[in-house]
Amino acid sequence: MTTTSLAKQKLSVINTHVVNIDGIAKVTGRATYTFDVKLPGMLYGKILRSPHPHAKILKIDASKALALHGVKAVVTGKDTLGIKQGIWRRYQELCDEQILPVDKVRYIGEPVAAVAAVTEEIAEMALDLIEVDYEVLPAVYEPMDAMKKEAPTIHEGVERNINVTRHIEWGDVEKGFENADYIREDSFFCGGQAHMCMETRAAVSSFTPEGKMTIYHSNQSAYYLQALMAGVLGMREGDIRVIAQYVGGGFGGKFELDGAIFCSAILTMKLFRPVKICYTREEDFIATKRRTPMHYWVRTGVSKTGKFLAREARVVSNGGAYTGMGATALYLTGFFHSFPYKWGGYRYDGYRVYTNTLPSTSMRGFGAPQAMFCSEQQLEWIAADLGLDPIEMRRQNGHTPGYEVPGQAYIDSCGLDEAFDIMAKWIKDKGKLPENRGIGFSAAGFMSGGIFNWFDTPYSFSSAVITINEDGTVILHIGATEIGQGSNTTMAIIAAETLGCKVEDIKVHSGDTDHCPADLGAWGSRQTLMTGNAVMRACEDAKHQLLEFALAKMGLNIVYDLDIKDRWVHIVARPERGMPWEELVKIATRGKDGQRIIGRGYYTPHRKGMISPAYSYMLQGVEIEIDKETGKITLIDSLTAHDCGQPINHLGLIGQLEGAFSMAAGYGYLEYMPYEDGKLMNPNLVDYKMIRATEMPETPVAEIDTYEPEGPYGAKEAGEGLTNPTAAAIGNAIFHALGIQMKECPIRPHMIVNALKEKAEKDKTAKKGK
Amino acid sequence: MEKKAIVLNVNNQDYELYINPKTLLVEAIRDYIGLTGTKRGCETVSCGACTVMVNDMAVKSCSILAIQCQGMKIITSEGLEKNGQLAAIQNAFLHEGSYQCGFCTSGMLMATSALLKETKKPSKNEIKESIEGNICRCTGYNSIVRAVEGVANGKYKEGSL
Repeated sequence: MTTTSLAKQKLSVINTHVVNIDGIAKVTGRATYTFDVKLPGMLYGKILRSPHPHAKILKIDASKALALHGVKAVVTGKDTLGIKQGIWRRYQELCDEQILPVDKVRYIGEPVAAVAAVTEEIAEMALDLIEVDYEVLPAVYEPMDAMKKEAPTIHEGVERNINVTRHIEWGDVEKGFENADYIREDSFFCGGQAHMCMETRAAVSSFTPEGKMTIYHSNQSAYYLQALMAGVLGMREGDIRVIAQYVGGGFGGKFELDGAIFCSAILTMKLFRPVKICYTREEDFIATKRRTPMHYWVRTGVSKTGKFLAREARVVSNGGAYTGMGATALYLTGFFHSFPYKWGGYRYDGYRVYTNTLPSTSMRGFGAPQAMFCSEQQLEWIAADLGLDPIEMRRQNGHTPGYEVPGQAYIDSCGLDEAFDIMAKWIKDKGKLPENRGIGFSAAGFMSGGIFNWFDTPYSFSSAVITINEDGTVILHIGATEIGQGSNTTMAIIAAETLGCKVEDIKVHSGDTDHCPADLGAWGSRQTLMTGNAVMRACEDAKHQLLEFALAKMGLNIVYDLDIKDRWVHIVARPERGMPWEELVKIATRGKDGQRIIGRGYYTPHRKGMISPAYSYMLQGVEIEIDKETGKITLIDSLTAHDCGQPINHLGLIGQLEGAFSMAAGYGYLEYMPYEDGKLMNPNLVDYKMIRATEMPETPVAEIDTYEPEGPYGAKEAGEGLTNPTAAAIGNAIFHALGIQMKECPIRPHMIVNALKEKAEKDKTAKKGK
Repeated sequence: MEKKAIVLNVNNQDYELYINPKTLLVEAIRDYIGLTGTKRGCETVSCGACTVMVNDMAVKSCSILAIQCQGMKIITSEGLEKNGQLAAIQNAFLHEGSYQCGFCTSGMLMATSALLKETKKPSKNEIKESIEGNICRCTGYNSIVRAVEGVANGKYKEGSL
């Protein structure tokens, strides 16, 4: 590259081919996960779990277990402070979960006691020797039953087991329905889904006599875990170090306290030896949390030309035994159910209900996949009912740049219109399909991090510190958590772009609370925008300090403007005049009296409404084939039209979108969590089905060029939002292939077979009637 | 059960182990030899995270006893690289972004390496079938398929980046 092109070239690192900076560690087996951590003198822990969905703990006798050779300790709720905790720290009533309950269990699989022993095998044998006397209580599993007056009380003082309610409203809903030419009502049910991270929950805790705790933990937010642990252990946050270096997946399931971290900490505090607890796959299924199952009722009123006049939705969600992040999911499902459209009037009422089942929480999409399954199918049926083009009907109501969701959100960048063009062309080019094939699509949008602070953090949402060494190498410290989504690489790209050096100059430290500034972590698609802004600002701070020395050294007229690109410090107007990056850094370090250049940056969203600073938009199209005899669905092809603002990490973006498709398609037709009397019936990878390589279609992505002013270099959310539209797209493809309407997700083969039978019956009766 | 002394050849090095005969190969590799690149993700031989090569064949190392592998050549993900030079499949994974969290990656590398030993030019379906027993929760598999195709068509070679 010649230096003359430097000034004109806007971006030199962003959206280029950058290999993931953790890649070598991951493809050579060097990456050490919590699952792999081994410390000197380490003991192994195992957790005894409740076999009952609802029971009082009367007595726990661990004497036989303690007598087993090799067992070092057994702990129960009585060995803890008994603090009820939750991630909604601002609201006492939502802090409802003791990880080792003192007097009552509320779901099958809930921890009751934990053992530490010299081997995992001995710890497991010891579990069988712990005697627990329970008084079994009546249990309730379905939210509709749990709300009944006569239902058992799961948490004292919580009336009708209603855990949280949410009301969202704007516009004039009544007037909208009055003016509507057509009103349609439908009821839906969306099931749970297991996060199924490849690395099960794992923790290694080590407490030392000076009163300090170090915890290796597989999580999505080292800072949250540090703060939550301080709360339940009665310690200062600063005395607890949480390290989440390599994390084997998260997907929304790994930022709350879990049994592995809590029990290992309680055990190490008793023994002053490191204790490791890794969940088995079965434990991960039955005793972590899951996507929130939701009953949806939707009423929509439109004009005969397809204008969206009013919508009213009610949701009853199965909260399971505790609150967790489920309260946020209840809010976000209600908000995103309106997406990505302008409604004359919109009203949502959500009820999250406790039951004696596995607690439900956030999972990739955060309530929006359920919302879109219901919304986008109903809209498709409305278009068919009215004989309208489903794309044009949606388009005329779609969000546009500058739109304000009344009282809720401000939409700045929005590439929805272009997405409709891309989808329309794809469908048209497909032409006539063979028999039993169908194409469906669905629209969606998603947030770029949450604005809300129910966690009650006193810190900025994201912070970054950048340190420039004398040789031009750079150290970036961020509290963001890398869970495979590529945030370390994304932040290195933003840092290299802003500073004007190369990605290989930058070493990223993240996910370690002792060394990194607090950051809320990896959830709600927040890191690219929020941590990205913090990194950009930290680098601007450092760069500004550097350029002061460049100005002085080069003795320039102050009208000249300096910049750095590709390790070349130069006058913007005359890019050939300048000096190498390494030289400037040396001069600046000397000028600073030997101090390294340090830049700081932080970000907390302001004046952006109630939900998020920015929104991504997407359309997902799928082509499927259905075997009418068995009801089996085969994915044939797909297309994603996606607006994530300016892409930063190109390889990472494509990978995230393809991965979101597979997880979302799995939710649409495979991933099913059946419970019987509160017991999960398929807690293993033989019976819990998900997309495997042979089931994946091609997943081309059409990126839509937009610029989000609030995001670093114009970037916004990517990778989570695409979990939202796919289940609905599959439902719509089935509708177009076979003319049946699927109101339950995941759509399983017997449902298709039954729906076809019903349709045949109906068609027969209709014929007779004629 | 009485412990037994066995010799396992892993990544072209002999390891003398004194283990319970019921020890699984994955336990021997991870817990006794200390090579933790090989992962475990289930108890039901369903996820493939523990896949290694035994005599050039992809084997889920939780499905076989260490003692059964005496005299065989076991290769794990740590054994693909030679003196800092990456194998072609490793370079392909890097450049196609065929991993995210990385927990399934060792198993995926070994399953696809075994495929490429058997078939120099596998079809897309053959590639997909070779990893059907390996779950990846992050990537959606297509980038892994592209990586294998890239090795097969000569786009990726062994060596440094």
